[in-house]
Amino acid sequence: MSCTEVWWSEMEHIKMPKVENVRLVDRSSSRRTQVGTLYLTATHTIFVGKGSEDRSELWVLHSLVCNVLKHKASQSGYPLLIHCKNFQVIQFIIPQESDCHNVYISLSRLSRPEKYEELYCFSFNPNVDKAERGHSWDFLDLKAEYSRMGLPDKLWHVTAINREYRVCDTYPADLFVPKSVTLPVIIGSSKFRSRGRFPTLSYYCKENHATICRSSQPLSGFSARCLEDEQMLQAIMKSNPGSRFMYVVDTRPKLNAMANRAAGKGYENEDNYCNIKFQFIGIENIHVMRNSQQKLIEVSTLRSPSMGEFLTGLENSDWLRHIKSIMEAAVFISKAVAEEGVSVLVHCSDGWDRTAQVCSVASVLLDPYYRTLKGLMVLIEKDWISFGHKFSHRCGHLDGEAKEVSPVIDQFLECVWQLMKQFPCYFEYNEKFLISIHDHVYSCHYGNFICNSQKERKDLCIKEKTHSIWPHLWENKLDFTNPLFKPDQSQNQGLLRPRTAPYCFKYWRRLYNRFDRELHPRQSELDCLMTVKEETQQLEEELALYEQKLAVLDKERAKALYMQKGVLESKQTLWSLPLDTSLANTPQDYIGGFIGGAPNVFTLQQGERENAELCLFGDKPKSSDADNSDQESGVADFSSHSSGEESLPSEDSVKDPDSDETGPNRE
Amino acid sequence: MELSEHIKTANVEDVTLRRPFHPALRGTLCVTSHHLLFSNRKDEASWQLLILLKNIDAIEKSVENLFGYPRAVGSSGTITIKCKDLLVLQLEIPGMEECLNIASSIEALSSLESVTEMYPFFYRPSHLTLLGPWGLSTTEQYYKQTERLWDRWRVSKVNSDYSVCPSYPSAVIVPREVDDDKLIRSARFRQGGRFPVLSYCHHSNGMVIMRSSQPLTGANKKRCKEDELLLQAVIDGSELGYIIDLRSAQQAQQARMTGGGFESKSCYRHWKRIHRHHERGKVVQESLIKLVEACSDLSHSVDRWLSKLENSKWLSHVHSALSTAGLVVECVERDGHSVLVHGSEGTDNTLLVSSLAQIILDPASRTVTGFLCLLEREWIQAGHPFQQRCAHSAYSHARLKQECPSFLLLLDCVWQVWRQFPLALEFSEALLLRLAQEVYASNYGTFLCNNEQERCAAGVKENTHCLFQSMLKPDIEEQYLNPLYEPTDLAIWPSVHPQSLQLWTGMFLRWTEYAQNMEEAREEVWSIVKEHRERV
Repeated sequence: MSCTEVWWSEMEHIKMPKVENVRLVDRSSSRRTQVGTLYLTATHTIFVGKGSEDRSELWVLHSLVCNVLKHKASQSGYPLLIHCKNFQVIQFIIPQESDCHNVYISLSRLSRPEKYEELYCFSFNPNVDKAERGHSWDFLDLKAEYSRMGLPDKLWHVTAINREYRVCDTYPADLFVPKSVTLPVIIGSSKFRSRGRFPTLSYYCKENHATICRSSQPLSGFSARCLEDEQMLQAIMKSNPGSRFMYVVDTRPKLNAMANRAAGKGYENEDNYCNIKFQFIGIENIHVMRNSQQKLIEVSTLRSPSMGEFLTGLENSDWLRHIKSIMEAAVFISKAVAEEGVSVLVHCSDGWDRTAQVCSVASVLLDPYYRTLKGLMVLIEKDWISFGHKFSHRCGHLDGEAKEVSPVIDQFLECVWQLMKQFPCYFEYNEKFLISIHDHVYSCHYGNFICNSQKERKDLCIKEKTHSIWPHLWENKLDFTNPLFKPDQSQNQGLLRPRTAPYCFKYWRRLYNRFDRELHPRQSELDCLMTVKEETQQLEEELALYEQKLAVLDKERAKALYMQKGVLESKQTLWSLPLDTSLANTPQDYIGGFIGGAPNVFTLQQGERENAELCLFGDKPKSSDADNSDQESGVADFSSHSSGEESLPSEDSVKDPDSDETGPNRE
Repeated sequence: MELSEHIKTANVEDVTLRRPFHPALRGTLCVTSHHLLFSNRKDEASWQLLILLKNIDAIEKSVENLFGYPRAVGSSGTITIKCKDLLVLQLEIPGMEECLNIASSIEALSSLESVTEMYPFFYRPSHLTLLGPWGLSTTEQYYKQTERLWDRWRVSKVNSDYSVCPSYPSAVIVPREVDDDKLIRSARFRQGGRFPVLSYCHHSNGMVIMRSSQPLTGANKKRCKEDELLLQAVIDGSELGYIIDLRSAQQAQQARMTGGGFESKSCYRHWKRIHRHHERGKVVQESLIKLVEACSDLSHSVDRWLSKLENSKWLSHVHSALSTAGLVVECVERDGHSVLVHGSEGTDNTLLVSSLAQIILDPASRTVTGFLCLLEREWIQAGHPFQQRCAHSAYSHARLKQECPSFLLLLDCVWQVWRQFPLALEFSEALLLRLAQEVYASNYGTFLCNNEQERCAAGVKENTHCLFQSMLKPDIEEQYLNPLYEPTDLAIWPSVHPQSLQLWTGMFLRWTEYAQNMEEAREEVWSIVKEHRERV
């Protein structure tokens, strides 16, 4: 079935392509309701605000829709509530019940695709040729990453055993194992591990040869042993010549691991393996995490909660406690590797959730490279994508088992964010980068986070049919750079030693309340610093240019020019951000609608309007239409830099610069 | 009794000092009339720690050690010193008697109540002089500088001998058409004589923020014609003014039983009353104690931390203060109406709300000088009883009397505003932290006494130095500047959603490693800006 066919079949699900007089409710203030037209396309829900001159638009990818709910009818119509995976909550009020029902049915179906081919990444088609697309997939090279770590070396090498994914179909084709390990040992060990996920290398510290290895749980039951598995661990330990033992970290709570023994699974018996130190960490399973995040989201979407309600809700969600437990596990592992020089084998049950979290957070702590933009991409590519984190299941890309969904990658990104908060100068990237990644993990806009394993992606020809997100993020790296990053210091810093006292863990407002603009600082320190830094650099370049000219021109003339330049520069405002001040003038709701408000004003740029129309005629959305990041950067009025609102590229959000609040009635 | 008589042991050698995140140090401990001095002379480099005794909030002697803790040479004791700026120190003192002596000397000297014996009366640095005017400004100067007041407002000296209102300054700004006699009558109708006076006049529309204490309407709904006329004169023909009463409607009703009350709709026809509940006094002080307790307990899990944070209610107080200030600003700026703010006494929450509203409204109060002038006008001259409110901070076991961290709450709220508008304030967190420290223990006389009258009687202006003046010296002011300052003329409306308010880590986690990394970030911000300035 070709993409076009899929697309047409999706069109069949649309019972109601267009509804007029729909109201978009602003959840923060009922006064800011907009009236407009709702369109359903094959890929997006689009709301176009009505207004003689100014219009606003809202685009929501179907793949980002988490659930659709019909609420009890109100006076003004039938409310439809859309919860998105990027934590946006959209409320429409539709005048006719039948329309509301039709939209509900269509959207429920469209947001739960049954086949991979229905996902947006297969129809997303930016203007690039085949060669360029292939190139985009070569942007990251894991082979290069392993060689950056110093591999292969005299102790570790790549094994070809899983080239055809026969030993373990959820592992990548290329795996690093100790040279001393023979093929039968690997096969034996893999048979003794859940889903064949035998111990293999994840991170290598070339300074002291200590490694982080990962696997799934052993099938030990109450007493089973496996000689090959024991040899495997012995070989890993021996491949770190300086050490006399290794840690085996089971990231599960002890009780869970013990319960697994009854099912013939379990954990390593210290008596059977020579020189291992076994340790439980106690990170809860995916179901606990899913419920916890659900509670967190409920708290974050409370309407004007009191301070007490918010803090109590935050506490009862247990979310920060879970983040803390992941962080503590990572701290333990990173210290073992960097300070003790001891190798660590990490596993949980299947070795693709908690194991991925803990290994990757530990790597961020250990290696400054993972605190750079490219480094974090590589880390996600390695520890998450290649090692078979089940993105499709965990993110619910396809309609399927709700119990498989869990915010495992969210927690990883949040751990990195918590670290950024503690070490503001040690990360090259900023919070927007993490949020952008989060967005794309769920949006199915690019092919990177589709499927559950490398093998599935190969079978589905992801690289031939979709595009890779990484070059796209790299192109926008200016937006994602942390101005406070001090590369030299960070290199010297090596191991990060975060505090894990409870007060070090903060609520991530920018992620969970991302679309509640009134909640965020009105001015952005980071944006301001970025502007300052860019200007400094520009000035420096100019200065260099003038100095060159100085050398050429005769002294007298050159001096005059130099002075003139100084005058010119000093006349410019340093980093005045025109919209900052207008945003500053946005009153908050201090008494809940006590004093009258003003109607909203929408703006729609010419380009967007055309794009919108393109889609409305049932045309296949053009690449650039849907790829809002490109559009947004062209829209000067509310681009991230000038608004101080840190609006993110590629987000489908209401484009509403809130200019009403700055109108004359405020003065 | 001479101060020195309290000192039983002045010097002890071989004392071990333990501070957070520093290795233990050995040195000499010395108690003087006003200071605790620890000095460590090792390999030429000497290091000293000088603590104002007034900064010490609580002192704990370790019982375990007192009863014969086995040591090689004789007995010893440990005293834990908890400072009002939240620093906690431990001193290990050889010799039981010395330990007890030191402890009791500190206890006696740190709780002195006589103002003229306090350190500001002895502090005489060579770079400052006692000559010249004290403070930054006076009511008269403020009036002179504020042209928009000249037409309808006047300076009244009715309180020049502090007889009309003991806690007001000698001069206040009132409507021009209200004479002093009326003021006297209005003062009799207000608790503590705090009749409505001008706090701020908005530059763009001339609307004002007034403040006062509650009217003494009592159970039988007394009226005061002069008070009504005074408020009528404030709105001067315009339709409406708002009274923001910082108590719940129920509390205001109850206040009538004890002689207090509120402005009833029938008597003040053009004023609309809005009640916003604010905690006060002991409740807020206990919040601070609970919050600091939560911050210093390192053993708890995340649950208990959040529940303790919630339980302290500190952030709820921040939340109410900011939202009411926002409401005041909405009335003044958005709706173009004048506002009268009061609670009961009009010396705490009233000042908190009126000064926060000014920071949100008035760009002038967001500069270093403007902010310090605001504090001088709205807190020191307006008669916030600093001596009573700041007698103890979070660690003291003493029975609470009139302590209340209203001023600290203001600083926290200003910090929240700065977090949300990092470019809008000329000053930085460092200034707020310095003030938080100085308000409890200071070399300067600025925060001494409870009002102008007391300061006059004690000769504060003649015999002590002014903190604000010293902070504005160019070389010192620089450390309080916000490198990213970009003035804006508009109101800066803070978000008051719980998600937008944070714990002030720079203050409450000041002595933890967590705060140290933030210091590094601050330095980096400065270096980026400095580099830029050099290029331009």
